[in-house]
Formats: sequence, structure tokens, C-alpha cells
Amino acid sequence: MNRICQILLRPSYASNLATTVRTVPALTATRRWYSADAAAPPAALDKDTLEKLVRTNKVVVFMKGNPQAPRCGFSNAVVQIMRMHGVPYDAHDVLENEALRQGVKDYTDWPTIPQVFINGEFVGGCDILMQMHQNGDLIEELKKVGIVSELLKAAEANDAAKK
Amino acid sequence: MSKYTAKYLEDKLKDKLEATYVHVSDDSDGCGGKFSAVIVSKAFEGKALLQKHRLVNTTLAEELKEIHAFSQKSYTPAEWEKVQQQEKQ
Repeated sequence: MNRICQILLRPSYASNLATTVRTVPALTATRRWYSADAAAPPAALDKDTLEKLVRTNKVVVFMKGNPQAPRCGFSNAVVQIMRMHGVPYDAHDVLENEALRQGVKDYTDWPTIPQVFINGEFVGGCDILMQMHQNGDLIEELKKVGIVSELLKAAEANDAAKK
Repeated sequence: MSKYTAKYLEDKLKDKLEATYVHVSDDSDGCGGKFSAVIVSKAFEGKALLQKHRLVNTTLAEELKEIHAFSQKSYTPAEWEKVQQQEKQ
């Protein structure tokens, strides 16, 4: 990528480009693309920044992709669990920000993404969330921060109907 | 691509965690980038779920730098017995 940028920035190439600009101005006008990776990779976000980030909501998820379009099976599993329980949460896409990706790994000393926080506390990754979903712990943890799981509501409605 | 195999990871976990049962499966079609593991060890006793997983992650810290995807189920011997009984039902 860097090499391509360098080629494009060479004076000879630029003057060729200038000719093209005159012939098809409408097309080139939409082709001003910038590449952030020409700069040095950013350092990992520091502890203070992360501490604020994990508290922006009761539940905060660091994932690959976003909840509408997860870009990893493990991140997708976490999104689906949250959806089933009807949990409102903040999601951060680490693929959009390398400093965030490294920062959150450093912060939790946990090697993988996704990572889930409840009330600012690191809870775990996909395996742990899955297990907590299966054994009912997730419902309890959510209750502690004032979130009533949709699954619990459904179960209670079911019980009430039986009586 | 990593240089690790399921056998290598099983041996290491057995050795370091004194695991009574370890099963690692290679889900990567042989490229060595994706594994899932079931680990049963007394070392997990008295530890919360997160602490169990941390113990495994620490044991495999070097390997996990290269392994792209690693999923684990970590049980104490007592928990493992329960899991097996549930599976029989």
C-alpha cells in the first residue's frame, strides 16, 4: 500500500494525472482517497482512555466489525447472545482502530477479541459469554446492573400463563 | 499459519496444568490457526470461569500469538463429571 502511494506521489505520475484531470474532471473529483497507513502505526490506547471507554454504557463490547455486520464468528456469537437477551450495549469495532485493538488487549491482559464488559468490569470473551448464557449466569449478571433479560421475561410470562 | 499441532497443545496443557483430560481439535483444516480445547484439571478448582480461562491463556501465551482462533472449555474434575452425565441423558 505504501509503495503504491509513493508511486502515485512521484512528480512524473502526478503530471500524467494532471493531464487526465483536465480530460475527465468529474471522475477524478470523486477519487481523492487518503490512506492512513502511510503514517507509523499508532501506539496502543492508554489505560485511562480504556477505563472511560468501558464505562460508556452498562454493557460494552469490543468486537470485529459492528453488530449489524460482525466480521468474525466469535464476535457474531456475542452479538447474537446480546440480541437474545435484549441487551442495549455500546460496540466498538477494533478493526477500525489498531490502537484500540492493542489497547483493549493490554488493558485486560486478554489475548483475543471479542471482549465484553459489564459495569466497567471485564467479563470475558466468546467462550465465557456462551457458557454464562447457557448456565444462566448472564441473566444474573445483567440483573445486577438493572437489565432484565428478554429470556427471563419470556420465561416468567410462560410461568404466569401456566398458573 | 502456525507451527503448532493439536498433539503439541494437548501435551503442553497436560504437562503444565497437570490435566486429567485434554482434548484439542484442530478446526483449521491443518493450517494450525484455529483450535478448540476441552481441559479438565484440578488446577481449576476454586477458580472463577474467567480465572480458569486466564490460566489456560497464560499457559499458552506464546502459542496464542500465532494461533488466530482458540476456544476453550475448562472444567474441574467435578464439573467434568456433571457435564458427562448431562451428555449421557
